Amino acid sequence: MKKFAIGFYAALTVALMVWGFYQAMYVAPNDAMQGEIFRIIYYHVPSATVAFTFFGVNLVGCIGYLASRRDHHERAQRYDAWALAGAEVGVVFCTVVLITGPIWGRRAWGIWWTWDARLTTTLVLWLIYVSYLLLRRFAAGPQMQTLAAVLGIFGAVDVPIVYMSNRWWRTQHPSPVFFSSSPGAGMAWSMARVLLWNMLAWFCWGALILILRYNVERKHQQNAAAEAREALESNT
Amino acid sequence: MTRALWTHLMKDLRIEWRSLDALISMLFFSGLVVVLFSIAFEPQGAFARQIAGGVLCVATMFASVSALNQAWAREIRHQVMDAQRMVPASGAELYLAKVLANFLFVTIVQIILAPFFIIFYNLHIVGQGWLLALVLPLGTWALVSNGVFFAALSIRTRNRELLLSLILFPIFIPALLAMVQATTSILTGESDPTLWIKMLVGYDILFTTVSLLLFDVVFHAE
Repeated sequence: MKKFAIGFYAALTVALMVWGFYQAMYVAPNDAMQGEIFRIIYYHVPSATVAFTFFGVNLVGCIGYLASRRDHHERAQRYDAWALAGAEVGVVFCTVVLITGPIWGRRAWGIWWTWDARLTTTLVLWLIYVSYLLLRRFAAGPQMQTLAAVLGIFGAVDVPIVYMSNRWWRTQHPSPVFFSSSPGAGMAWSMARVLLWNMLAWFCWGALILILRYNVERKHQQNAAAEAREALESNT
Repeated sequence: MTRALWTHLMKDLRIEWRSLDALISMLFFSGLVVVLFSIAFEPQGAFARQIAGGVLCVATMFASVSALNQAWAREIRHQVMDAQRMVPASGAELYLAKVLANFLFVTIVQIILAPFFIIFYNLHIVGQGWLLALVLPLGTWALVSNGVFFAALSIRTRNRELLLSLILFPIFIPALLAMVQATTSILTGESDPTLWIKMLVGYDILFTTVSLLLFDVVFHAE
């Protein structure tokens, strides 16, 4: 049943992504200023949103793990699996953002990279979560989960500071597309509609990968626990 | 509260006083960085003032990593760390003592390094020089408080000496930015460093608090 549900959800996600691609490439109009290159927004912005959301998932997982690791072992393991899945899939989406961004910036601004608030924040975020994944690789055993959870919290605390510091420093990146009050930041409904479709499609896709990664990590944890039990029993 | 802290602090200072391991390695390493950058860029006049802040901060950062790696490695011998875990005092005091000791070491290195720095970079400070006495300790505190914490975190992993830099530097980036910007604006006198000093203060308070709260979790991680 669970497999069927995931399969159904995967089929739905693929259909959504096909629809989103069609909308982005054939339906959405060219941008008045930037022309065709503007269409990269339908991949750049959704990936950024998904990445930031999944780093949020990581933070929830880290806090949940630290809160429940003493009394509720199973629940703590589930939180840890969510934290790992959030960080890993988040890093993948963040990488997409960091690749599409310079391609777009090269055409729109004439430069590949600039040390602007959002660009720097995204890069630092990427560095922090890569270091989180490295820590998980270099440490071993149950203490690794605790150490990683602590680092996850540190990383999340760092994000607003990085963002504010760069905002004071310099800003070149355009303001957020939605819910922004600054003039010239909004977009026409014919484009916003397409962006929303793509955002939905990429969110579903990200969630699918997240769930699959979570399941793999749970299997991994269960295997490790079974092996540890067997090793203990064979000794006695 | 203060007695355990005092004991730990005195012990660390005494060990350092007898061996001078951390101080000498840090001093030599940061001196090397300063000389290397000076050779590579041949800084003069306004250009020297532009880059000197960045070089000083990065030199401090790289140098202190060598001391921070030593900070807990010393405690591993003879199972001192396990003994400290069993002590009924809170780990936060041990952490704070380590931070204070290392803060002192890095500050001493900076004070000794400063004259050489001014000579090699032909520095003439345009802005309010006394503000450096505020900016450098704040930046150093940000570096050391996080560094001691992450050194304790990475001490029980493989590749721990490498891992410390890998997890410390990304987190330290905003403080490094504030430190470099403040130092540069003091040296050049072109802009007002107040905002960056405030940011350093905020960063220090925030991360020291989080470290104090989470240190026991890391220290007793099983």
